[in-house]
Amino acid sequence: MSMLMFWGDDMNELIANGVLVQESDVAQADRAVAPSMLWHSGLLAGLAWIAFGILTWGVPNHVVGFTDWLYTKELGVAGVLVGAGLLLFSTSWAQRAGGTRLQELRPYGAWLVAVPVILGLWEYFTAKTGLLPVPFFAPPQSLIDVYIDDWQRLGGSVVNTLKLLAIGVAYGAVVGFLVGVSVGWSKSIGYWVHPVLRVLGPLPATALLPLTFYFFPSSYSAAIFLVALATGFPVAVLTWSGIASVSKNYYDVARTMGASEWFLIFRVAIPAALPQVFVGLFMGLSASFSVLVTAEMMGVKSGLGWYLTWAQGWASYTNMYAALIVMALLFSGLISLLFLVRDYVLSWQKGTVKW
Amino acid sequence: MVAIAEQREQVENHQQNIGSQIDICQVSHVFDTPKGKLPVLNQVNLTVQAGEFVALLGPSGCGKSTLLRLVAGLEPATQGTLLQDDELIVRPDPSRIVVFQDPTLFPWRTVWDNVALGLQARGLLRRDRHRVDDALNRVGLGEFAQSYPHQLSGGMAQRVAFARALVNDPSLLILDEPLGKLDSLTRLAMQTELVDLWRKNGFSALLVTHDVEEALFLAQRVVVFSERPARIKAEIRVDLPYPRHRGDPRIAALRREALAHLGLDDSW
Repeated sequence: MSMLMFWGDDMNELIANGVLVQESDVAQADRAVAPSMLWHSGLLAGLAWIAFGILTWGVPNHVVGFTDWLYTKELGVAGVLVGAGLLLFSTSWAQRAGGTRLQELRPYGAWLVAVPVILGLWEYFTAKTGLLPVPFFAPPQSLIDVYIDDWQRLGGSVVNTLKLLAIGVAYGAVVGFLVGVSVGWSKSIGYWVHPVLRVLGPLPATALLPLTFYFFPSSYSAAIFLVALATGFPVAVLTWSGIASVSKNYYDVARTMGASEWFLIFRVAIPAALPQVFVGLFMGLSASFSVLVTAEMMGVKSGLGWYLTWAQGWASYTNMYAALIVMALLFSGLISLLFLVRDYVLSWQKGTVKW
Repeated sequence: MVAIAEQREQVENHQQNIGSQIDICQVSHVFDTPKGKLPVLNQVNLTVQAGEFVALLGPSGCGKSTLLRLVAGLEPATQGTLLQDDELIVRPDPSRIVVFQDPTLFPWRTVWDNVALGLQARGLLRRDRHRVDDALNRVGLGEFAQSYPHQLSGGMAQRVAFARALVNDPSLLILDEPLGKLDSLTRLAMQTELVDLWRKNGFSALLVTHDVEEALFLAQRVVVFSERPARIKAEIRVDLPYPRHRGDPRIAALRREALAHLGLDDSW
């Protein structure tokens, strides 16, 4: 199955090119009449989804405790429907009629097969056999239960997390950027700030957690400070190195044309350093996630980190999985957003790394 | 002076712009390196007349480019004085624009914005936007105004660098091997363009090059420098009218002379 999954498209190509086909004449004649647009890995994916649906719906759950898993039937039906849809999309007719939009799915063919396989295994080892024990493991349908049942609390946590993150990252990015620019530009500022940055920078922001909870008026403001600190350090260091590594020739060109100091900083140094600044923002944002969740788990009484500890308190591991998935999507989405902004701002660059 | 006046007449001076006179008086320069002091210029005396095109020839690393940086005002000379129209050169000024070997376009700016750099830096852009378009058209790149530098070929990028210089109406154009990195065909084409730009705009030009033929094709006077620390070894007056022909026997003769000064008697 997995072999097919990865080889499917290549095989199609080889076959289409007549390499693997013995009667190549026949193949060519075929193609001349109507080039087949059948999407092979799409068909395979459709079958895999249907198989997953049938497994979920048809095979009875292994009941351990007091109640059966809710939404088992619904998940099964959904699997079958997705599979049927994929089968339909994969036909020559749909591929031709759907045009480029449907064909954009083609590169994801292997993933569309892998996902139901993984879901099927997960379903099998949890709900169907109980080989992975409750309550530490939960089947896929239990997540649906959590999202439907507890969406208010979970949604509220997302909002609180985003709010705290936005405030902290904004402060950190702005201060880090300003520090980086001034250290990179001014020798005398660099003289004082550079050693401080060097010694205190590598200190993990989480290590300051107990201290900040003591010093700050509320655990919320302490968390903002820590998130800002975690974001600010990489932004400052990379902005600084970006400014410091700007080619002297750029300054020479601008100076001979009558540029003021202001112009050299804002029109030469900063734009030239921007690619580095974005690397700093990426690193800062990633670091801030870890600090944020820790702070929410330790002191702040809201947010996804708090939700995790709360779920642990009730031994509700299903809720924890649900929150982790939300967290993964949220943070990955934020990074993607940052890369989108970067691609827009740095559109003058060629060959930027795609996220 | 008479000869120069005659040559000035050959210059079709459409522009209001009159070139600067540059006086380099007894200039010596020393670099402070970790290994000690490194003298690069030794008692250089040179005058560029208003509107004159002077080329500097010399062995690699002899200090010619340093002299250009001093004239541009990017660095102060260790000893001696540099004057532009009888005024001391103490800092960079938009009347003396440098074109470097690398185009050094700002990659984050479009071609148009790159050319607009000087006007923007002096706060003139709002009033003089048309000058940017004029300068781009003068180098034949009007259509590429919205391209980014990485989309240009080497020759086009260097043309943009010329446009970026010309938009400032410099009275002295300082050319630090501006065609040094171009392929030979582009280079020949750009030499002709450079002569045209100079004749139409009337600025003085000070060119550093390693290419003897280029110096003789472009300049009215070729100054030959010695090994580091550079001092002036010889001056060759190129008394040929423009437009010049590369195959001119007079250029061949002058080329032989220049190469002899550079210590290459046999290899021409």
